[in-house]
Amino acid sequence: MKNRKRSVDFLWLGLLAFLALLPLIPGLLRSSFTQHVAIQILLYASMAQAWNILGGYCGQVSFGHSVFFGIGAYGAGMAVVKYGMIPWPGAFIGAVLAAAVAVVISYPCFKLKGHYFAIATFAIVEIFNRLFMVWYWVGGALGLDYSFTDQGWTHFVWYESKRGYYFGVLLLFLLVFGVVRWIERNRLGFYLRAVREGQETAESLGVNSAKVKLMAMALSAFLAALCGAFFAQYNYRVDPPMVMSLDMSMKFVLITILGGLGTFYGPLLGAALLIPLQEYSRAFLGGIGGGVDLIIFGLLIIIVVVYQPRGIMGIIDGIRVKAKRSKEGGE
Amino acid sequence: MALLEVHNVTMKFGSLVANDDVSFGVEKGSVVGLIGPNGAGKTTLFNCISGFYRPTSGKLLFKGQDVTNLPAYEMARLGAVRTFQVVHPLKEMTVLDNVLVGAFLRGADTDKAHEIARDCIALCHLEDMSGRMAGGLPIGYKKRLEMARALATGPELLMLDEAMAGLTSTEIKAAVEIIKGLQKRGITLLVVEHIMEAIMSVADKIVVLDGGIKIAEGPPQEVVNDERVITAYLGAKFSQRLKAAQGGDPRE
Repeated sequence: MKNRKRSVDFLWLGLLAFLALLPLIPGLLRSSFTQHVAIQILLYASMAQAWNILGGYCGQVSFGHSVFFGIGAYGAGMAVVKYGMIPWPGAFIGAVLAAAVAVVISYPCFKLKGHYFAIATFAIVEIFNRLFMVWYWVGGALGLDYSFTDQGWTHFVWYESKRGYYFGVLLLFLLVFGVVRWIERNRLGFYLRAVREGQETAESLGVNSAKVKLMAMALSAFLAALCGAFFAQYNYRVDPPMVMSLDMSMKFVLITILGGLGTFYGPLLGAALLIPLQEYSRAFLGGIGGGVDLIIFGLLIIIVVVYQPRGIMGIIDGIRVKAKRSKEGGE
Repeated sequence: MALLEVHNVTMKFGSLVANDDVSFGVEKGSVVGLIGPNGAGKTTLFNCISGFYRPTSGKLLFKGQDVTNLPAYEMARLGAVRTFQVVHPLKEMTVLDNVLVGAFLRGADTDKAHEIARDCIALCHLEDMSGRMAGGLPIGYKKRLEMARALATGPELLMLDEAMAGLTSTEIKAAVEIIKGLQKRGITLLVVEHIMEAIMSVADKIVVLDGGIKIAEGPPQEVVNDERVITAYLGAKFSQRLKAAQGGDPRE
């Protein structure tokens, strides 16, 4: 067992403990706005991590994830608004549907290699956006507006404080990151990376690459849809441009690239850097007009990709290696 | 019944015939060498057998089962695994991770897979490299990584495509020893190789291809004396040298 780490991962457990205790530290998350930023960071980190399963670990870049995110959002929204139910079953059904749609869409798309897969996923966002715009049953362009209900975990809405949402999104974060941690250490994780690094090689070693890609896609879409359900609950409404848009799709991609593709902490680091920038720029520069956040996203991405294509995780690794070398040199 | 039977395999790419009606068998437990000049169709035949190409006509039997149209991953699951002539390391993964991908074929248990992987890494003398990224290895190590990874799948038939090309003579000796070790473990080998000295010392049978056609098949000593093989591939001088070395260790 000399080459394996079986020890407890203190970094991960410490991070979870910190995040769980964060609202209890007086003064830290006092204003509603800082709470909002913290919730957004965890939500977008979870979204990016869901995308990372397919795009980072498996190397299949999808610009279609806002569709799955949207289906999840509509799942919760339909349950609450159309059927007057609690959102939980809707979220679950939405996630299952998203996974099913993902598999149906990607089955033909995975036959396309490299960039063509990415291009095909672009088109899917447009198709679903238009479809939901004119689909009367799901509220069309007006979307679905939540009416007032009791607040609390059953209905998953809170009006007075954002603390409930914070713990809700923390659970989501725990689920998505927990799944990826499990994958990373088990066969599926090795197969995902093998398919990314060389499909032919993977197949020569008995890996059914088509099946592995479909599994990654289904899992990724399922988790993205759960994030969407949270998003609908958090905003008390859902409409097509909010969820099913290229803007939204880009966030899945860009946060992960910024943080580090195919790394466990990358999505969290990417979100922790981009989301505060996005929220504060929107709060303070909002008067200039929409899209300031995306301009900042774009600039950051250019800087990162030029300087370190492996993202923030790449920068951290670089520093680590340097530190190790200078330590060894000093001895 | 041979472990692998190749029956009248023909592979055409448009009007180009890469393999023309090739037949031979690979007996269980043996080492079969596949030789021939560049462009003879050795790698194409390998691709047909390992499931990367579907032969235009002909039939492939593995363990008595018709595998002519099986995809590569199914062949690997059945126990016929190949390496690549041009090394295909999974670059952004460590040597250990590369071998683990192979090791997971026989079960999802992580501890078991690590055990198998460490075993295969040791067998191919890659212990010092196991934490290194595969993309950054020197070529000799990459070749051995190909072998270790294929070995980790627990193959019955291991197909090595020029596993020794580009290696130094010391490295070749090490590779020959590895191959002999594999044979002792009961693994059947089909080996494409240009280095005659190496293949002569390990092969039980040699199949010679030229222009897509099988021109000879038989024990190594017989094949090197075959006139057609000498003209097509070995050349007269080389053949004499090999004959002179007969009885001694052909690697010297």
